[in-house]
Amino acid sequence: MAKSPSLFTATFRRDLLLAFRHKGEMINPLVFFLIAISMIPLGVGPDKDVLIRIAPGILWVMALLATLLSLDNLFRSDFDDGTLEQLLISPHPLYLSMLAKVLAYWLATGLPLMLMSPLLGVMLSLPSGAFIALCSSLLIGTAAMSLIGAVGAALTVGLRKGGLLISLIVMPLYVPILIFGASAVADAAQGNPFTMQLAVLGAILIMALLLAPIATAGALRVSVNG
Amino acid sequence: MTAASALLELRNLTCERDERILFARLNARFYAGQAVQILGPNGSGKTTLLRILAGVSRDYQGEILFHGKSIAELAWEFANDLLYLGHLPGVKKSLTPLENLRWYAALQGAVADEHLLASLAQVNLAGYEDTPCYQLSAGQLRRVALARLVFSKAKIWILDEPFTALDKSGITQLENRLIAHAEAGGLVLVTSHQDIHFPQLQILNLQDFAENSTVGGLSHG
Repeated sequence: MAKSPSLFTATFRRDLLLAFRHKGEMINPLVFFLIAISMIPLGVGPDKDVLIRIAPGILWVMALLATLLSLDNLFRSDFDDGTLEQLLISPHPLYLSMLAKVLAYWLATGLPLMLMSPLLGVMLSLPSGAFIALCSSLLIGTAAMSLIGAVGAALTVGLRKGGLLISLIVMPLYVPILIFGASAVADAAQGNPFTMQLAVLGAILIMALLLAPIATAGALRVSVNG
Repeated sequence: MTAASALLELRNLTCERDERILFARLNARFYAGQAVQILGPNGSGKTTLLRILAGVSRDYQGEILFHGKSIAELAWEFANDLLYLGHLPGVKKSLTPLENLRWYAALQGAVADEHLLASLAQVNLAGYEDTPCYQLSAGQLRRVALARLVFSKAKIWILDEPFTALDKSGITQLENRLIAHAEAGGLVLVTSHQDIHFPQLQILNLQDFAENSTVGGLSHG
Protein backbone atom coordinates (compact mmCIF):
# COMPACT_ATOMS: atom_id res chain seq x y z
CA MET A 1 0.00 0.00 0.00
CA ALA A 2 1.35 3.39 -0.96
CA LYS A 3 1.75 5.44 2.16
CA SER A 4 0.38 8.96 2.23
CA PRO A 5 2.98 11.63 2.80
CA SER A 6 3.21 13.36 6.13
CA LEU A 7 1.09 16.42 6.71
CA PHE A 8 4.16 18.62 6.29
CA THR A 9 4.89 17.31 2.81
CA ALA A 10 1.22 17.20 1.86
CA THR A 11 0.60 20.80 2.93
CA PHE A 12 3.83 21.95 1.29
CA ARG A 13 2.95 20.21 -1.96
CA ARG A 14 -0.64 21.43 -1.93
CA ASP A 15 0.37 25.04 -1.34
CA LEU A 16 2.97 24.96 -4.12
CA LEU A 17 0.37 23.47 -6.44
CA LEU A 18 -2.07 26.22 -5.46
CA ALA A 19 0.60 28.87 -6.07
CA PHE A 20 1.10 27.53 -9.58
CA ARG A 21 -2.64 27.41 -10.23
CA HIS A 22 -2.89 31.08 -9.16
CA LYS A 23 0.00 32.43 -11.16
CA GLY A 24 -1.39 35.96 -11.09
CA GLU A 25 -1.08 36.22 -7.32
CA MET A 26 2.46 34.93 -7.56
CA ILE A 27 3.51 37.30 -10.32
CA ASN A 28 1.90 40.45 -8.86
CA PRO A 29 4.65 41.23 -6.33
CA LEU A 30 7.33 40.51 -8.94
CA VAL A 31 5.74 42.91 -11.41
CA PHE A 32 5.47 45.52 -8.67
CA PHE A 33 9.16 45.03 -7.84
CA LEU A 34 10.14 45.33 -11.49
CA ILE A 35 8.03 48.40 -12.25
CA ALA A 36 8.90 50.27 -9.07
CA ILE A 37 12.63 49.76 -9.54
CA SER A 38 12.61 50.63 -13.22
CA MET A 39 10.80 53.89 -12.37
CA ILE A 40 13.60 55.05 -10.06
CA PRO A 41 16.23 55.90 -12.73
CA LEU A 42 13.51 57.71 -14.69
CA GLY A 43 12.52 59.79 -11.69
CA VAL A 44 15.94 60.41 -10.15
CA GLY A 45 17.82 60.76 -13.41
CA PRO A 46 20.52 58.52 -14.88
CA ASP A 47 23.37 59.99 -12.83
CA LYS A 48 25.46 56.95 -11.95
CA ASP A 49 26.88 58.27 -8.68
CA VAL A 50 23.45 59.06 -7.29
CA LEU A 51 22.02 55.71 -8.38
CA ILE A 52 24.87 53.73 -6.82
CA ARG A 53 24.34 55.58 -3.57
CA ILE A 54 20.62 54.90 -3.36
CA ALA A 55 20.50 51.46 -5.07
CA PRO A 56 20.96 49.24 -1.95
CA GLY A 57 18.27 51.05 -0.01
CA ILE A 58 15.83 51.22 -2.92
CA LEU A 59 16.24 47.55 -3.82
CA TRP A 60 15.68 46.49 -0.25
CA VAL A 61 12.72 48.79 0.42
CA MET A 62 11.00 47.65 -2.75
CA ALA A 63 11.63 43.97 -1.97
CA LEU A 64 10.11 44.56 1.46
CA LEU A 65 7.03 46.27 0.01
CA ALA A 66 6.63 43.53 -2.59
CA THR A 67 6.65 40.94 0.19
CA LEU A 68 4.01 42.91 2.10
CA LEU A 69 1.84 43.01 -1.01
CA SER A 70 1.31 39.27 -1.10
CA LEU A 71 1.21 38.56 2.65
CA ASP A 72 -2.54 38.88 2.96
CA ASN A 73 -3.05 35.88 0.66
CA LEU A 74 -1.10 33.52 2.87
CA PHE A 75 -4.03 32.33 4.99
CA ARG A 76 -6.95 34.14 3.34
CA SER A 77 -8.17 31.37 1.03
CA ASP A 78 -7.62 28.67 3.67
CA PHE A 79 -9.72 30.72 6.06
CA ASP A 80 -12.47 31.30 3.51
CA ASP A 81 -12.89 27.71 2.38
CA GLY A 82 -12.63 26.10 5.82
CA THR A 83 -9.39 24.15 5.32
CA LEU A 84 -7.75 26.33 7.95
CA GLU A 85 -10.01 25.07 10.76
CA GLN A 86 -9.40 21.51 9.56
CA LEU A 87 -5.67 22.13 9.87
CA LEU A 88 -6.07 23.61 13.35
CA ILE A 89 -7.98 20.63 14.75
CA SER A 90 -5.73 18.00 13.19
CA PRO A 91 -3.71 15.91 15.63
CA HIS A 92 -0.45 16.90 13.93
CA PRO A 93 1.88 19.55 15.36
CA LEU A 94 0.86 22.95 14.05
CA TYR A 95 4.45 24.16 14.13
CA LEU A 96 5.31 21.90 11.21
CA SER A 97 2.20 22.70 9.16
CA MET A 98 2.86 26.41 9.59
CA LEU A 99 6.46 25.90 8.54
CA ALA A 100 5.28 24.01 5.45
CA LYS A 101 2.90 26.80 4.50
CA VAL A 102 5.51 29.53 4.94
CA LEU A 103 8.14 27.52 3.08
CA ALA A 104 5.82 27.08 0.10
CA TYR A 105 4.88 30.75 0.25
CA TRP A 106 8.53 31.81 0.34
CA LEU A 107 9.41 29.57 -2.61
CA ALA A 108 6.59 31.17 -4.58
CA THR A 109 7.26 34.82 -3.65
CA GLY A 110 10.53 35.43 -1.80
CA LEU A 111 12.80 33.25 -3.92
CA PRO A 112 11.68 34.74 -7.28
CA LEU A 113 12.21 38.23 -5.80
CA MET A 114 15.74 37.28 -4.87
CA LEU A 115 16.41 35.74 -8.28
CA MET A 116 15.16 38.86 -10.03
CA SER A 117 17.16 41.30 -7.91
CA PRO A 118 20.51 41.15 -9.83
CA LEU A 119 18.72 42.21 -13.01
CA LEU A 120 17.23 45.19 -11.22
CA GLY A 121 20.60 45.87 -9.63
CA VAL A 122 21.98 46.34 -13.13
CA MET A 123 19.25 48.88 -13.84
CA LEU A 124 20.39 50.89 -10.81
CA SER A 125 24.04 50.48 -11.92
CA LEU A 126 24.93 48.55 -8.79
CA PRO A 127 28.64 47.58 -8.98
CA SER A 128 29.15 43.91 -9.80
CA GLY A 129 30.90 43.31 -6.48
CA ALA A 130 27.61 43.90 -4.64
CA PHE A 131 25.55 41.24 -6.42
CA ILE A 132 26.58 38.42 -4.11
CA ALA A 133 25.72 40.57 -1.11
CA LEU A 134 22.39 41.55 -2.67
CA CYS A 135 21.36 37.97 -3.43
CA SER A 136 22.53 36.43 -0.18
CA SER A 137 21.02 39.18 1.97
CA LEU A 138 17.72 38.95 0.10
CA LEU A 139 17.78 35.15 0.30
CA ILE A 140 18.03 35.26 4.09
CA GLY A 141 15.96 38.42 4.45
CA THR A 142 12.92 37.33 2.41
CA ALA A 143 12.82 34.03 4.31
CA ALA A 144 12.82 35.86 7.63
CA MET A 145 10.24 38.34 6.34
CA SER A 146 7.95 35.50 5.20
CA LEU A 147 8.12 33.88 8.62
CA ILE A 148 7.50 37.11 10.52
CA GLY A 149 4.87 38.26 8.04
CA ALA A 150 2.96 35.02 8.59
CA VAL A 151 2.30 36.12 12.18
CA GLY A 152 0.74 39.36 10.93
CA ALA A 153 -1.26 37.53 8.28
CA ALA A 154 -2.52 35.07 10.90
CA LEU A 155 -3.57 37.87 13.24
CA THR A 156 -5.57 39.72 10.59
CA VAL A 157 -7.05 36.82 8.63
CA GLY A 158 -10.28 36.96 10.63
CA LEU A 159 -10.88 40.57 9.67
CA ARG A 160 -12.61 41.32 6.43
CA LYS A 161 -10.12 44.03 5.51
CA GLY A 162 -6.80 43.22 7.06
CA GLY A 163 -4.59 44.66 4.32
CA LEU A 164 -3.49 47.88 5.97
CA LEU A 165 -3.40 46.40 9.46
CA ILE A 166 -0.92 43.73 8.36
CA SER A 167 1.48 46.44 7.21
CA LEU A 168 1.17 48.26 10.51
CA ILE A 169 1.80 45.12 12.54
CA VAL A 170 4.60 43.75 10.44
CA MET A 171 6.48 46.90 9.35
CA PRO A 172 8.20 47.60 12.68
CA LEU A 173 9.38 43.99 12.80
CA TYR A 174 10.84 44.32 9.32
CA VAL A 175 12.94 47.37 10.22
CA PRO A 176 16.00 45.49 11.56
CA ILE A 177 15.99 43.21 8.51
CA LEU A 178 15.82 46.23 6.22
CA ILE A 179 18.64 48.05 8.01
CA PHE A 180 21.06 45.13 8.01
CA GLY A 181 20.07 43.95 4.52
CA ALA A 182 20.53 47.34 2.90
CA SER A 183 23.73 47.98 4.80
CA ALA A 184 25.19 44.66 3.61
CA VAL A 185 24.59 45.68 0.01
CA ALA A 186 25.87 49.21 0.58
CA ASP A 187 29.08 47.95 2.19
CA ALA A 188 29.61 45.44 -0.60
CA ALA A 189 29.09 48.20 -3.19
CA GLN A 190 31.97 50.12 -1.60
CA GLY A 191 34.15 47.04 -1.56
CA ASN A 192 33.94 46.51 2.22
CA PRO A 193 33.24 43.17 3.89
CA PHE A 194 29.59 42.48 4.68
CA THR A 195 29.74 39.24 6.68
CA MET A 196 28.70 40.96 9.90
CA GLN A 197 25.37 42.07 8.42
CA LEU A 198 24.75 38.61 6.93
CA ALA A 199 25.46 37.05 10.32
CA VAL A 200 22.89 39.31 11.97
CA LEU A 201 20.36 38.51 9.26
CA GLY A 202 21.06 34.84 9.76
CA ALA A 203 20.50 35.21 13.49
CA ILE A 204 17.18 36.95 12.82
CA LEU A 205 16.20 34.14 10.46
CA ILE A 206 16.98 31.48 13.05
CA MET A 207 15.00 33.34 15.70
CA ALA A 208 12.10 33.66 13.27
CA LEU A 209 12.31 29.97 12.34
CA LEU A 210 12.07 28.97 15.97
CA LEU A 211 9.45 31.41 17.19
CA ALA A 212 7.33 32.67 14.29
CA PRO A 213 5.51 29.40 13.47
CA ILE A 214 4.47 29.08 17.13
CA ALA A 215 3.18 32.64 17.18
CA THR A 216 1.46 32.08 13.84
CA ALA A 217 -0.31 28.99 15.11
CA GLY A 218 -1.45 30.84 18.24
CA ALA A 219 -2.65 33.82 16.22
CA LEU A 220 -4.61 31.56 13.88
CA ARG A 221 -6.39 29.95 16.82
CA VAL A 222 -7.47 33.40 17.97
CA SER A 223 -8.56 34.42 14.47
CA VAL A 224 -10.58 31.27 13.84
CA ASN A 225 -12.20 31.51 17.27
CA GLY A 226 -13.90 34.84 16.52
CA MET B 1 -24.53 3.85 32.45
CA THR B 2 -21.61 5.41 34.25
CA ALA B 3 -19.91 8.57 33.24
CA ALA B 4 -16.72 6.72 32.37
CA SER B 5 -18.37 4.78 29.57
CA ALA B 6 -19.58 7.92 27.84
CA LEU B 7 -17.54 8.65 24.74
CA LEU B 8 -18.14 12.35 25.08
CA GLU B 9 -19.57 14.21 28.02
CA LEU B 10 -20.47 17.87 28.38
CA ARG B 11 -20.54 19.34 31.86
CA ASN B 12 -22.07 22.71 32.54
CA LEU B 13 -21.13 23.96 29.13
CA THR B 14 -21.94 27.64 28.78
CA CYS B 15 -21.26 29.81 25.82
CA GLU B 16 -21.59 33.54 25.66
CA ARG B 17 -21.37 35.60 22.50
CA ASP B 18 -21.44 39.38 22.50
CA GLU B 19 -22.87 39.43 26.03
CA ARG B 20 -25.68 37.14 24.97
CA ILE B 21 -25.83 33.68 26.44
CA LEU B 22 -26.33 31.14 23.66
CA PHE B 23 -26.73 28.17 25.93
CA ALA B 24 -26.08 27.70 29.61
CA ARG B 25 -25.37 24.72 31.87
CA LEU B 26 -25.53 22.30 29.00
CA ASN B 27 -25.09 18.78 30.35
CA ALA B 28 -25.14 15.84 28.01
CA ARG B 29 -23.54 12.44 27.56
CA PHE B 30 -22.91 10.90 24.20
CA TYR B 31 -22.21 7.20 23.87
CA ALA B 32 -20.65 5.13 21.14
CA GLY B 33 -23.37 3.91 18.81
CA GLN B 34 -25.50 7.03 19.11
CA ALA B 35 -26.69 9.40 16.44
CA VAL B 36 -27.71 12.75 17.87
CA GLN B 37 -29.38 15.59 16.04
CA ILE B 38 -28.81 19.00 17.55
CA LEU B 39 -31.89 21.13 17.13
CA GLY B 40 -32.59 24.77 17.61
CA PRO B 41 -33.75 27.80 15.65
CA ASN B 42 -31.34 29.96 13.67
CA GLY B 43 -28.88 31.69 15.93
CA SER B 44 -29.41 29.35 18.86
CA GLY B 45 -25.79 28.26 18.83
CA LYS B 46 -25.84 24.93 16.99
CA THR B 47 -22.82 25.75 14.88
CA THR B 48 -21.08 27.31 17.89
CA LEU B 49 -21.65 24.15 19.90
CA LEU B 50 -20.25 21.96 17.15
CA ARG B 51 -17.24 24.23 16.74
CA ILE B 52 -16.60 24.02 20.47
CA LEU B 53 -16.92 20.23 20.45
CA ALA B 54 -14.60 19.96 17.46
CA GLY B 55 -11.99 22.09 19.19
CA VAL B 56 -12.12 24.89 16.63
CA SER B 57 -13.43 27.36 19.18
CA ARG B 58 -12.26 27.45 22.77
CA ASP B 59 -14.58 30.22 23.78
CA TYR B 60 -16.65 28.45 26.44
CA GLN B 61 -17.01 27.72 30.12
CA GLY B 62 -17.52 24.26 31.47
CA GLU B 63 -15.94 20.95 30.69
CA ILE B 64 -15.81 18.56 27.79
CA LEU B 65 -14.77 15.04 28.70
CA PHE B 66 -13.57 12.41 26.27
CA HIS B 67 -13.52 8.87 27.68
CA GLY B 68 -14.05 10.49 31.09
CA LYS B 69 -10.99 12.73 30.83
CA SER B 70 -10.74 16.36 29.84
CA ILE B 71 -10.07 16.88 26.14
CA ALA B 72 -7.04 18.99 27.00
CA GLU B 73 -5.54 15.93 28.64
CA LEU B 74 -6.34 13.60 25.76
CA ALA B 75 -5.88 16.23 23.04
CA TRP B 76 -4.00 13.99 20.63
CA GLU B 77 -6.30 10.99 21.01
CA PHE B 78 -9.34 13.21 20.72
CA ALA B 79 -8.12 14.95 17.57
CA ASN B 80 -7.26 11.56 16.08
CA ASP B 81 -10.74 10.24 16.76
CA LEU B 82 -12.58 13.23 15.40
CA LEU B 83 -13.91 14.16 12.03
CA TYR B 84 -15.41 17.61 11.78
CA LEU B 85 -17.26 18.90 8.76
CA GLY B 86 -18.11 22.54 9.21
CA HIS B 87 -20.60 24.55 7.24
CA LEU B 88 -17.66 25.58 5.06
CA PRO B 89 -16.98 22.50 2.98
CA GLY B 90 -13.20 22.74 3.36
CA VAL B 91 -12.62 22.06 -0.31
CA LYS B 92 -10.05 24.01 -2.31
CA LYS B 93 -11.72 25.14 -5.50
CA SER B 94 -8.63 25.30 -7.66
CA LEU B 95 -7.64 21.75 -6.80
CA THR B 96 -9.27 18.61 -8.15
CA PRO B 97 -11.35 16.40 -5.84
CA LEU B 98 -8.55 13.84 -5.71
CA GLU B 99 -5.96 16.47 -4.76
CA ASN B 100 -8.28 17.74 -2.04
CA LEU B 101 -8.73 14.26 -0.62
CA ARG B 102 -5.00 13.58 -0.73
CA TRP B 103 -4.45 16.43 1.68
CA TYR B 104 -7.16 15.12 4.00
CA ALA B 105 -5.63 11.67 3.78
CA ALA B 106 -2.37 13.14 5.05
CA LEU B 107 -4.28 14.86 7.87
CA GLN B 108 -5.37 11.56 9.32
CA GLY B 109 -2.56 9.18 8.46
CA ALA B 110 -2.03 6.81 5.60
CA VAL B 111 -4.65 6.32 2.90
CA ALA B 112 -3.71 4.96 -0.51
CA ASP B 113 -4.83 6.67 -3.68
CA GLU B 114 -7.01 3.69 -4.69
CA HIS B 115 -9.01 4.18 -1.49
CA LEU B 116 -9.47 7.85 -2.27
CA LEU B 117 -10.68 7.05 -5.78
CA ALA B 118 -13.05 4.45 -4.37
CA SER B 119 -14.33 7.03 -1.86
CA LEU B 120 -15.03 9.46 -4.66
CA ALA B 121 -16.87 6.75 -6.58
CA GLN B 122 -18.97 6.06 -3.47
CA VAL B 123 -20.24 9.63 -3.40
CA ASN B 124 -21.03 9.45 -7.13
CA LEU B 125 -18.08 11.53 -8.22
CA ALA B 126 -16.40 8.85 -10.35
CA GLY B 127 -15.19 10.54 -13.49
CA TYR B 128 -14.70 13.89 -11.74
CA GLU B 129 -11.39 13.00 -10.06
CA ASP B 130 -9.40 15.35 -12.23
CA THR B 131 -11.92 18.13 -12.77
CA PRO B 132 -11.01 21.34 -10.93
CA CYS B 133 -13.50 21.86 -8.10
CA TYR B 134 -14.55 25.31 -9.32
CA GLN B 135 -16.26 23.53 -12.21
CA LEU B 136 -18.36 21.43 -9.84
CA SER B 137 -21.82 22.33 -8.56
CA ALA B 138 -22.51 23.18 -4.91
CA GLY B 139 -23.90 19.69 -4.31
CA GLN B 140 -20.87 18.06 -5.89
CA LEU B 141 -18.55 20.19 -3.75
CA ARG B 142 -20.42 18.97 -0.69
CA ARG B 143 -19.95 15.41 -1.94
CA VAL B 144 -16.19 15.96 -2.21
CA ALA B 145 -16.18 16.95 1.46
CA LEU B 146 -18.44 13.99 2.34
CA ALA B 147 -16.08 11.58 0.60
CA ARG B 148 -13.90 12.04 3.68
CA LEU B 149 -16.49 10.10 5.68
CA VAL B 150 -15.89 7.04 3.50
CA PHE B 151 -12.20 6.59 4.28
CA SER B 152 -12.21 8.15 7.73
CA LYS B 153 -11.21 6.04 10.71
CA ALA B 154 -12.45 8.60 13.22
CA LYS B 155 -15.00 7.48 15.79
CA ILE B 156 -16.70 10.81 16.43
CA TRP B 157 -18.30 12.52 13.48
CA ILE B 158 -19.35 16.12 13.99
CA LEU B 159 -21.29 17.33 10.98
CA ASP B 160 -22.70 20.81 10.57
CA GLU B 161 -25.55 20.88 8.07
CA PRO B 162 -24.13 18.04 5.97
CA PHE B 163 -27.31 17.72 3.93
CA THR B 164 -27.07 21.22 2.43
CA ALA B 165 -27.20 21.25 -1.36
CA LEU B 166 -27.46 17.46 -1.66
CA ASP B 167 -30.05 15.89 -3.95
CA LYS B 168 -32.56 13.30 -2.73
CA SER B 169 -30.42 10.26 -3.49
CA GLY B 170 -27.45 12.00 -1.92
CA ILE B 171 -29.42 12.61 1.26
CA THR B 172 -30.53 8.97 1.49
CA GLN B 173 -26.97 7.83 0.87
CA LEU B 174 -25.60 10.08 3.58
CA GLU B 175 -28.30 9.00 6.03
CA ASN B 176 -27.38 5.37 5.42
CA ARG B 177 -23.72 6.16 5.93
CA LEU B 178 -24.44 7.90 9.24
CA ILE B 179 -26.64 5.01 10.43
CA ALA B 180 -23.93 2.52 9.47
CA HIS B 181 -21.35 4.53 11.37
CA ALA B 182 -23.47 4.65 14.50
CA GLU B 183 -24.19 0.93 14.25
CA ALA B 184 -20.50 0.21 13.91
CA GLY B 185 -19.93 1.87 17.28
CA GLY B 186 -19.28 5.41 16.18
CA LEU B 187 -20.87 8.61 17.40
CA VAL B 188 -22.64 11.00 15.05
CA LEU B 189 -23.47 14.55 16.07
CA VAL B 190 -25.32 16.37 13.36
CA THR B 191 -27.26 19.56 12.84
CA SER B 192 -29.84 19.84 10.13
CA HIS B 193 -32.97 21.79 9.44
CA GLN B 194 -34.58 18.94 7.60
CA ASP B 195 -35.97 15.77 9.11
CA ILE B 196 -33.45 13.00 9.32
CA HIS B 197 -34.76 9.48 8.90
CA PHE B 198 -32.87 7.50 11.48
CA PRO B 199 -34.31 4.56 13.36
CA GLN B 200 -32.80 5.62 16.68
CA LEU B 201 -32.15 9.29 16.32
CA GLN B 202 -31.74 11.23 19.52
CA ILE B 203 -32.46 14.89 19.84
CA LEU B 204 -30.59 17.55 21.74
CA ASN B 205 -32.63 20.72 21.67
CA LEU B 206 -30.55 23.77 22.39
CA GLN B 207 -33.64 25.76 23.24
CA ASP B 208 -33.90 23.73 26.44
CA PHE B 209 -30.59 25.21 27.48
CA ALA B 210 -31.26 28.78 26.53
CA GLU B 211 -30.88 31.29 29.31
CA ASN B 212 -33.24 30.90 32.32
CA SER B 213 -34.15 27.40 31.33
CA THR B 214 -33.03 24.42 33.35
CA VAL B 215 -35.40 21.69 32.23
CA GLY B 216 -34.90 19.36 29.34
CA GLY B 217 -32.09 17.18 28.15
CA LEU B 218 -31.45 14.32 25.82
CA SER B 219 -34.68 12.74 24.65
CA HIS B 220 -35.65 10.13 22.15
CA GLY B 221 -37.07 11.48 18.92
